[in-house]
Amino acid sequence: MELIKLRSIEKTYQMGDISVPVLRGISLSIQQGELLALTGSSGSGKSTLMNILGCLDRPTAGEYWLEGQETSTLSTDERALLRNRKLGFVFQSFNLLARTSAIDNVAMPLAYSAENLNDREARERAAEMLARVGLADRMDHYPSQLSGGQQQRVAIARALINRPPVLFADEPTGNLDSKTSEEVLQMFTRLNTEDGITIIMVTHDPQVAGHAKRVIRLHDGLILADAPAAGSSPKTSGDAS
Amino acid sequence: MRVYATARTAFKALRRNPMRAMLTTLGIVIGVGAVIAMMEIGAGASAALKKTIASMGANVLVIQPGTAASGGISFGAGSTTNLTPEDGQAILRECPAIHNATPMVRARTQVVYGNRNWVPNAIYGTTPAYLEVQNWSLLAEGEPFSERDVLNGNRVCLLGQTLVRELFEGASPVGKNIRIKNIAFRVIGVLSSKGANMMGMDQDDVILAPWTTVKYRVTGASLSTSNQSTDSTASTAVNTLSNLYPAIQGTLYPAQNSVQQTDNPMPVRFANIDYIMAAANNSGEISMAIEQITGVLRERHRIRPDDPDDFNIRDMSELTKTLSTTTALMTNLLLAVAMISLVVGGVGIMNIMLVSVTERTREIGLRMAVGARGSDILRQFLVEAVVLCLTGGAMGIVLGHGGSLLVRLLLHWPVETSPTAIIAAVLVSAGVGIIFGFYPAWKASRLDPIEALRYE
Ligand SMILES: Nc1ncnc2c1ncn2[C@@H]1O[C@H](COP(=O)(O)OP(=O)(O)OP(=O)(O)O)[C@@H](O)[C@H]1O
Ligand SMILES: [Mg+2]
Repeated sequence: MELIKLRSIEKTYQMGDISVPVLRGISLSIQQGELLALTGSSGSGKSTLMNILGCLDRPTAGEYWLEGQETSTLSTDERALLRNRKLGFVFQSFNLLARTSAIDNVAMPLAYSAENLNDREARERAAEMLARVGLADRMDHYPSQLSGGQQQRVAIARALINRPPVLFADEPTGNLDSKTSEEVLQMFTRLNTEDGITIIMVTHDPQVAGHAKRVIRLHDGLILADAPAAGSSPKTSGDAS
Repeated sequence: MRVYATARTAFKALRRNPMRAMLTTLGIVIGVGAVIAMMEIGAGASAALKKTIASMGANVLVIQPGTAASGGISFGAGSTTNLTPEDGQAILRECPAIHNATPMVRARTQVVYGNRNWVPNAIYGTTPAYLEVQNWSLLAEGEPFSERDVLNGNRVCLLGQTLVRELFEGASPVGKNIRIKNIAFRVIGVLSSKGANMMGMDQDDVILAPWTTVKYRVTGASLSTSNQSTDSTASTAVNTLSNLYPAIQGTLYPAQNSVQQTDNPMPVRFANIDYIMAAANNSGEISMAIEQITGVLRERHRIRPDDPDDFNIRDMSELTKTLSTTTALMTNLLLAVAMISLVVGGVGIMNIMLVSVTERTREIGLRMAVGARGSDILRQFLVEAVVLCLTGGAMGIVLGHGGSLLVRLLLHWPVETSPTAIIAAVLVSAGVGIIFGFYPAWKASRLDPIEALRYE
């Protein structure tokens, strides 16, 4: 089933008199259950595309259907609701709330969900999510008491708390060493295969992109290549920089 | 449920930086504390002030007979003789704003005791109610005269402190007889010392006696102008026993014998009095009392609607004005202090909330990314500010109340707990939170999630 469909998405930033085109017509289609990597050189517009996909930003032109719903006409509040229900985010710098326990961090998005869980239910759900990312024994730890990999797993649990069909990750391993990166990527793979969650991640690292089933390469705001990943050694032919 | 959850989130957010939260609320704590303490101490003080001013006679009205005029010559206030004790009773009975009224007769003459003599400032003929009207019920010694003494015209009197000093050289006069115009009066009590009044008149230089006694035995002459016969009977028949030297009051006409009297019945002329003192329930009801008295007296004196009053009423308007301006001044002062301290406190809250919003920009971005709407963020920061202010307000109430209790314990000032002040403090501190917390909260709610997440 088609989860995401983009048609000639454009994004242009206006810097005074100069307009900076960042995305110059992106069209693509993503099926449910894909594990997809967005790569490309720095400044090629990966994060910009990701923000549009994550309904954090609006395209300047083009259409974006999420589960058959056209999103560029939605109001700010409607997009907030959409993010809450259908989209999960994992960030490069984890973005956990300081001096807040792991379980409270994970439960945080529930405060904005329409489900209106009570306290106990919220904690149970958060504990369940933490267990799923293997942190059942770290529930009351503060972020400062967790390793980078553990923090990123808490962030993943937080992204999954509202059971979204899609997970977005912008450089999820950017702040991690290769070993913990591997842990996080394995977690992604598992979530993708076991729970059927669609995962879209941005990465520089060919090693990381190698974990994806499909790799999209951006260059100057255009899709340069869109191909299923060839094992752990993706083709690097277009990477001239 | 939502609000409760938000409030808890706010508490958690504040707990992350307790020291700063404390310092931030300090302005509100001090402001509210000062307001509560001043309200409570001020309420006590103004109650005490009111009592003091009331004891100076702020509630007292003096009703005088009107002006007599003859051939264009006016004789001034009190020159007619048309007020009666019954007028006083009617005022007391029919004016709801009046709680006490007493007829007054005034005389000034020599008083003798043993080989000493003295002319007091005034000899007042009155009723026991006078002491209440003047807040003078506490006697230094002895007892006041009674209504019965008034009815019977008994020769009893109360002495002011000055007379005790001058006639008795400080010895107790109770039970002794003094002579006023050669009539013996038994001293049954001594007034407590009152000192000089605002005009510098010695208020202790007085004698109080039943008005009937003063009227008929001391000032006897007053009636002679209006009614010869009653006067002559009063001064001769009643006074013969005690009069060492019969009053030298010439009668113009020969006394009527009993046959003549029955043949020519003289209309029984009311006994006129010099003035009436009335006490209003409180200083606020004085103008109402004046209106009511005017109505009653006009009716009793059968004055036609367009004729002028044949009496006039004086009030202590200066005192009353002092009272109301003092109270208003105090209230305004309190309000000004309250406003200033709360504005200062509110600016402190706003400042810290702005810092907090900037500091937590990434948190705001994150919350927005996971689905918080602008209104959720607005509410969160607003609730945080209100929680901050309410906590400060609560501490302020405790502080202020404790302070006023301390003042009462240590300084023995009158203090009145004021529930209104407490409720107002709670509302005002919540209001300050909303007003000064709104701008930072609004700013937070308008952040762009992408920029906020990228913020360093
Ligand atoms: N708010 C903005 N205003 C103006 N230009 C912007 C803005 N955000 C991004 N850009 C520009 O858009 C281009 C693409 O940025 P983007 O963050 O998408 O790159 P990226 O592919 O994620 O790069 P990197 O791999 O370094 O993260 C950059 O040239 C950047 O300067
Ligand atoms: Mg980027």
